[in-house]
Amino acid sequence: MAKVIFDEDRCKGCELCTTVCPKKIVVMAEDRINIKGFHPAQVIEQDKCIGCGFCAIICPDLVIEVENKGAKTCRKEC
Amino acid sequence: MARPKALVDMSQHYCPGCTHGIIHRLIAEAIDTLDIQDRTIGVASVGCSVFTYKYFDCDMQQAAHGRAPSAATGIKRVHPDTLVFTYQGDGDLAAIGTAEMLHAAIRGENITIIFVNNAIYGMTGGQMAPTTLVGQVTQTSPYGRQIETQGYPMKVSETLATIEGAAYIERVSVDSVKHIKAAKKAVEKAFRYQMEGKGFSLVELLSTCPTNWGLSPIEATDWLRENMLPHYPLGVYKDKGGEQA
Repeated sequence: MAKVIFDEDRCKGCELCTTVCPKKIVVMAEDRINIKGFHPAQVIEQDKCIGCGFCAIICPDLVIEVENKGAKTCRKEC
Repeated sequence: MARPKALVDMSQHYCPGCTHGIIHRLIAEAIDTLDIQDRTIGVASVGCSVFTYKYFDCDMQQAAHGRAPSAATGIKRVHPDTLVFTYQGDGDLAAIGTAEMLHAAIRGENITIIFVNNAIYGMTGGQMAPTTLVGQVTQTSPYGRQIETQGYPMKVSETLATIEGAAYIERVSVDSVKHIKAAKKAVEKAFRYQMEGKGFSLVELLSTCPTNWGLSPIEATDWLRENMLPHYPLGVYKDKGGEQA
């Protein structure tokens, strides 16, 4: 089961992670701001995550950690 | 996937969407993979990356503008068993530091230069750099870079590939997951070559500057793909002792 964890207070709201998710489940939290004053990125539908780690690879601020326990990894585009 | 050990657990000062953060991580991951954190010495340049000494958990030195390869030469000669890398932007490396960079390669110094090319001066507010593309609008080229008065963009990797002393020269990009993975391999290879004593290596990373390009981070990666990739083709330009591209 794959899981994405966001260190929300480190997020600068650049939205790069939302562009690379093959499942399009990384979205910006428009309802709240973090300590830096940005809308942080989040994943609500955790069960849809396939643990490919693309969001963590493109994040410039090391906000995202992906736990991938036995989930199949997406080989598309990589 | 977790934070590399060679990177200090702190928030970095870079603008939202700035790819310096990705490149920092790639370097830290390479240091972790080679397990040489206690034997690594980095040399920071002048530019946005001036604070790299705070972010890498290894010995760091701050050099004068453009002089990082010279400082690195001294460090490497005194401590030949360490990994010495410089972290330089295009304003630092390709303008004021051209002589230092070229002659470090000519001497075949066994150091690695991490060259971050975003085609603009970042920290000083978005002035035209030697690597600025033809027609690109910057603070000091408001009508776009004109060939007649400002000449052509400098191609650092191609230039260095003609120098005998250079062992490994590759240009990579950090605009997509696929390119970031390739970039990670290039940085690792450069570090490995240095530890094997093969000589001078430089990895050029095409990078974005959303703030000074006046674009959002997503638009900036698109701009890199559409404008920089055709002018700065990716690939291995020199690989002494390895497979020639």
